Amino acid sequence: MKKITATIAGSLIALAATVSTSYADKLTYYCSAEEDWCQLMARSFEDATGIDVNMTRKSSGETFAQVRAESSNPKGDVWWGGTGDPHLQAAEEGLTMEYISPMRDQLHDWAISQAESAGNKTIGIYSGALGYGYNSELLAANNLPEPSCWKDLLKPEYKGHVQMANPNSSGTAYTTLASMVQIFGEDEGFEFMKGLHANINQYTKSGSAPIKAAGRGESTIGIVFMHDAVKQAVSGFPVKVVAPCEGTGYEIGSMSIIEGARNLEEAKMFYDWALSAEAQSLALQVNSFQVPSNKGAQMSESAPDMSLIKLIDYDFRKYGSSDERKRLLQKWDEEVSTLPQ
Amino acid sequence: MTPATATQTPPVLIFWIIAGWVGFVLCPWYGVEDGFFSFEWLVDGYPFEEDYSPAAFLIGQGEKLWLAPLLIPLLLPLLALGREKSDPTYFRILTVAGALGFGWLIIQGFSIGIRGFNFQWMNAAFGTLGDRQFGMGYGAMICASAFLFLFTQGIAARGAVNGDVFVVGAIGGVVTIVTAFVFFPIANMLFSAFVTDEGTYSISVFVGKFFDDRLWGIGCFFGTRCGAALNSLVLAIAVGFTTTVLGLAFALVVTRSGFRWKRILRALTVLPIITPPFVIGLALILLFGLSGSVTVFFADLLGTQPTRWLYGMPGVLIAQTLAFTPIAFLVLIGVVEGVSPSMEEAAQTLRANRWQTFRTVSLPLMRPGLANAFLLGFIESMADFGNPLVLGGNFDVLSTEIFFAIVGAQYDQGRAAVLAMVLLFFTLSAFFAQRAWLGKKSYTTVSGKGDAGVHPLMPSGLAFPVMIVALSWAIFTATVYGMIVYGSVVELWGVNNSLTFKHYVTAFSIRIEEEGIRWTGSAWDSFWTTITIAAIAAPLTGAVGLVTAYLLTRQSFAGKSAFEFGTMLSFAIPGTVIGVSYILAFNVPPIEITGTGIILVVSFIFRNMPVGVRAGIASMSQLDKSLDESSLTLGANSWQTFRRVILPLLRPAILAALVYSFVRAMTAISAVIFLVSAQYDMATSYIIGRVENNDYGLAIAYSTTLIFVMLSAVALMQVIVGRTQIGRRMTQSRTNV
Repeated sequence: MKKITATIAGSLIALAATVSTSYADKLTYYCSAEEDWCQLMARSFEDATGIDVNMTRKSSGETFAQVRAESSNPKGDVWWGGTGDPHLQAAEEGLTMEYISPMRDQLHDWAISQAESAGNKTIGIYSGALGYGYNSELLAANNLPEPSCWKDLLKPEYKGHVQMANPNSSGTAYTTLASMVQIFGEDEGFEFMKGLHANINQYTKSGSAPIKAAGRGESTIGIVFMHDAVKQAVSGFPVKVVAPCEGTGYEIGSMSIIEGARNLEEAKMFYDWALSAEAQSLALQVNSFQVPSNKGAQMSESAPDMSLIKLIDYDFRKYGSSDERKRLLQKWDEEVSTLPQ
Repeated sequence: MTPATATQTPPVLIFWIIAGWVGFVLCPWYGVEDGFFSFEWLVDGYPFEEDYSPAAFLIGQGEKLWLAPLLIPLLLPLLALGREKSDPTYFRILTVAGALGFGWLIIQGFSIGIRGFNFQWMNAAFGTLGDRQFGMGYGAMICASAFLFLFTQGIAARGAVNGDVFVVGAIGGVVTIVTAFVFFPIANMLFSAFVTDEGTYSISVFVGKFFDDRLWGIGCFFGTRCGAALNSLVLAIAVGFTTTVLGLAFALVVTRSGFRWKRILRALTVLPIITPPFVIGLALILLFGLSGSVTVFFADLLGTQPTRWLYGMPGVLIAQTLAFTPIAFLVLIGVVEGVSPSMEEAAQTLRANRWQTFRTVSLPLMRPGLANAFLLGFIESMADFGNPLVLGGNFDVLSTEIFFAIVGAQYDQGRAAVLAMVLLFFTLSAFFAQRAWLGKKSYTTVSGKGDAGVHPLMPSGLAFPVMIVALSWAIFTATVYGMIVYGSVVELWGVNNSLTFKHYVTAFSIRIEEEGIRWTGSAWDSFWTTITIAAIAAPLTGAVGLVTAYLLTRQSFAGKSAFEFGTMLSFAIPGTVIGVSYILAFNVPPIEITGTGIILVVSFIFRNMPVGVRAGIASMSQLDKSLDESSLTLGANSWQTFRRVILPLLRPAILAALVYSFVRAMTAISAVIFLVSAQYDMATSYIIGRVENNDYGLAIAYSTTLIFVMLSAVALMQVIVGRTQIGRRMTQSRTNV
């Protein structure tokens, strides 16, 4: 009897030892990019380091809300992906931590300037320019001219052919609104939105939905981030991507370490790894055509060439602030969305 | 009741006293972060590590001292040991201990959260608390149950429900869980509609959000857009009307015509149960969208430009009519068959012709059934989420607006709560209207006595148009479902129509390796999660439903009708409302279960419970009460009677309820989409992700697979239980709600 007890106790201790070692390293990872990209990053980091990754995918707005709610008891360690505005806001509120990665010298300038504008509490991991795409077959079938500028979209022959997301529900569409205000000035920018409104066939909820509809032939032109349009073209849909001639705005996808992270060492390891050329090249496997922030990362030939795109000097600080955002959205709601189509 | 057992302590009492102490001294008091079924805590510093420590150890280490008062109600019941059940001290001790313990658990749970005191006035009164607490875990759960059942035993000892411990306990249990998982989240959501950005309460916030143009605007009469509430209302009325008319046409063809293939038409009734959401929407896009095959064909034929007419109200109306006509059909078969042939024969004997008989006798007798079908169509349309999401265009409806208020960039919980209240108001009004209508008048014409007539055929003037309508709609339905299967085997719809099994391979490929089978397909993860969650939820749903049905049919107690209403209420609560209220209520302690599998299981149990209750009531009312009485007379208590007499006789009903709730759990989307997490992704939310990603092939292939899986589940049940009984069960569960 005693022997049995001893054996059981012995095996229990052995079990305890194995269990506790195998669970020693873990990382709680909040991801705000697309699901398959998030999964790939998590699994690849596990493979590269043996650290157990517990991933939660939510949109950047929701993640921001969650990080703020958990601030007294942070559960997350690192927050990767999603448009830069909420990352900047989190940095401003002290929800994220300052960290200077040794990988910095491999990065593009825009990624570092994103970090510097937030006291090194965030960093750029990819960027994408705004633009639009059209379904070339439908365009030909309707005998429409090929558009190449923002102002082309105001032409009456495009009536009922243009789709964009609702700026109230989509970050992409808000970037569009803010870009127009910056390209044309506020008054002319809103005149542009009003003119566009007359041609819009649907304001979608999600940012990339317009180009997907164009791909399937359910709409002709979709205003989206160019990498989303490229993705449709690569998937085999007859989509042509346009970088508008007046210049365009862009987003910087960002990454931050959460202040008070329980697994700080692992979070830093992830941070450095995610800035490496190898990790950023993974995007190609899931057809994400954003421009990586690491200069050495592989890029697809179909990805939009940022050097050929006229980028405006987008003021992330001003247009990312919640007051300006609220003001512009309210103005759009009152002056644009109520107009008859 | 029997004097022999009164002198010794009942084993049930000893059981719950021990359970209370186990929960307090042995089990981790707070929720274990690694998951409910992970037992890692056993080897990770238990019992002294704060995260996994039982309450007794926490107090011993001087932490969480607000749990200490629970010792009193844990010690008190020990005094009841050895006392007679009839002794007034016995019931006093148990009632006081149970109420104290349960009450204190709730009070401390709501007062102290992850940031110390939850209420400002408490900070003012007691100063800030330097400590905090998380969601309840095993320990708290066991303790709470122990206090609850000590309390019900006390009440039973005082003489409630003839002193029946099992019945009082069952009532207490059902009331507690329905309160916790239906009333509490809904009430909580109603409150959050009044919260301002700064976290204080204000009526003006609610008023501002309620009288929003996006809700009630009538702009669509002037060239802009109408509000979501108005859209939902108009749509639901239209859907209720069309589904009722079509359902009646089908029911008439099946019961009152010489049509040969009636059985095939009857098979339609199973479709809404096994169809995953939004596949109908996708099939309609492939047929009638701007580049849909039918649209393009007619545009070429007539030389016109194709349009986007499908997106908006017309598309949603067609999709919902396709989806919900079978439900109206199911309800109306029962009603049309229920009209007694002898009434119609009497009319004919009195020289009425067939048309007069139909108009003055048959149709008026069907009236409540028609109202019922209309209201069901109304509720289903209001609650529908998948079809408006895919086909809505600029036509906003409440259910999707709620979703985008929570997940979109606007992230406005208050707005979601206000929208949910409006939606709830509409569906509850329909629910009340239905109960009021059906409750007052009796239209039953079939009595138990011999009723040997045959239904007369429809008047020929009516038969022709009815046949045309029913058959063309049936052919349309068949085409749409055919499209679904076809869509799953083409490369890239509209662009490359070559046939391929690629989508099935991507979703469901497997690789056989030395260690066994590797599920490499991208859909397996969500598929197994769905099957597991559905399989866990189904028996629990059945159990809760049957116990409730037993209480409703076999016992009488104070507040029974309120009890019945409460348990049936969740039928009228749309899934999106449940979803929103669950994330608002269960994201914070004391019940902190968002992001776990538990919240999915719980939502399924309470969404599908009315089905289980109805199934149970329907079959239990067929069992003669004398069976229970003889069992009780022979000395069995009510638990033994329930377990040994009633349950075995109810086997077919139980099985049917199991399969039905299993299948419903697999096709649910509206509540699920709020509650899934990376770890617990469900099939429907995975499919919606594919749809959003423009991956229609994969989405449709996955849906087709689900249709066949569920079809085999339903077919298997039909084989086991037998055809006639299922028909009756479904008719009754639908007609009586």
